[in-house]
Amino acid sequence: MRFVIAVFVTLSLLASASLFALSDPEQDRLAFIDLYKKKFPDKPLEDYVLGALMLSNDAKEQYDSIMELPPFISVIEQGKAMWTKPFANGKNFADCFPNDGRMVAGDYPKFDAKLGRVVTFEMSINQCLQANSETPLKISDMKTMGVLMAYARALSDGMKMNIKVDGPEALEKFEAGKRFFYTRRGQLNFACASCHMQNAGNTLRTEILSPAVGQATHWPVFRGGDNLNTLQARYKRCLEQIRAVPLDLGGEDFNNLEYFHSYLSNGLPLKASVYRK
Amino acid sequence: MADPMKIRAQVAGDMADIKILMNHPMDTGRKKDANGEWVIASPPHFIQQVMITLNGKTVVDGQFGSSVSKNPFLGFKIKGAKVGDELVVSWTDNKGDQRSDKAVLEAKPS
Repeated sequence: MRFVIAVFVTLSLLASASLFALSDPEQDRLAFIDLYKKKFPDKPLEDYVLGALMLSNDAKEQYDSIMELPPFISVIEQGKAMWTKPFANGKNFADCFPNDGRMVAGDYPKFDAKLGRVVTFEMSINQCLQANSETPLKISDMKTMGVLMAYARALSDGMKMNIKVDGPEALEKFEAGKRFFYTRRGQLNFACASCHMQNAGNTLRTEILSPAVGQATHWPVFRGGDNLNTLQARYKRCLEQIRAVPLDLGGEDFNNLEYFHSYLSNGLPLKASVYRK
Repeated sequence: MADPMKIRAQVAGDMADIKILMNHPMDTGRKKDANGEWVIASPPHFIQQVMITLNGKTVVDGQFGSSVSKNPFLGFKIKGAKVGDELVVSWTDNKGDQRSDKAVLEAKPS
């Protein structure tokens, strides 16, 4: 297994040398993986999509048995109905995306040079609605946007995360996200990095802290089987838990963080709509 | 009529592993509003009886109540089941609403 990791890292190093010569993002990603490899020497990189589950056999077994017949299947079906329902002009969501919206979610968030900002998959859904003169959905509304995401992102299951940071403007957003990740905030004075970098794999109260690599691959999650959370909803909850002022979903700060955070999972397969504790 | 149930029935050896997910609100009827008053407009609505048969023979005759969660999940094993056997799951709730779904036992993919 270690050999496989070595080969993988060597290959990604080679790839990085050719594609991202002297670029910071790729070095950051590899530095993260290096750190986690020291913490979890026997875990292959592909297990990181399981997050903390990879560190607990009990939790993984529970996850496997729930995923055999997940209690949230009907929510995904509701999402499918939203996705396929035609707009007033006869088009639907699939018309807004290449390949009918299959295998696209791994390209998001992406930097849009025209808008000068990071565009998440949720925002591109709203852009699609606006382009077809429909009312955009509230990004923070789990009952509409969240449910739609449960299906829309699942269309990209198996796609490898493929975030690109091209050009100085995109790098600026990436850096902003990175700064957010390392900035301590809240009454508990934690940064994202405090838990998910330095303390990844350690136990906080009763919960194992997951590594940041792989975290961005499996959203939305159904916590406890029925509580739907998108990635940014989870960011907000994280902020509340460290007693910081929660920020708005779809805001610049969270979008930049998602850009940086998703980049760390580059090359890992997506799997949307999963169970989490 | 309620949404269809999801049934997964797989056989390994002579043991069938059955998993059933029912769609039902399972209201206890005991809801309070923000002021702490009982909501009269929320009558109890829950499954009372669950009957499961394998090739016509009853394997589960369950009495459910209001303490069972929303969208109940039921998992159990049946000994001596074969691939191709027919499993019928039906429930009746306190309003007399009924739902019955069938599944054919499949071999467990190895």
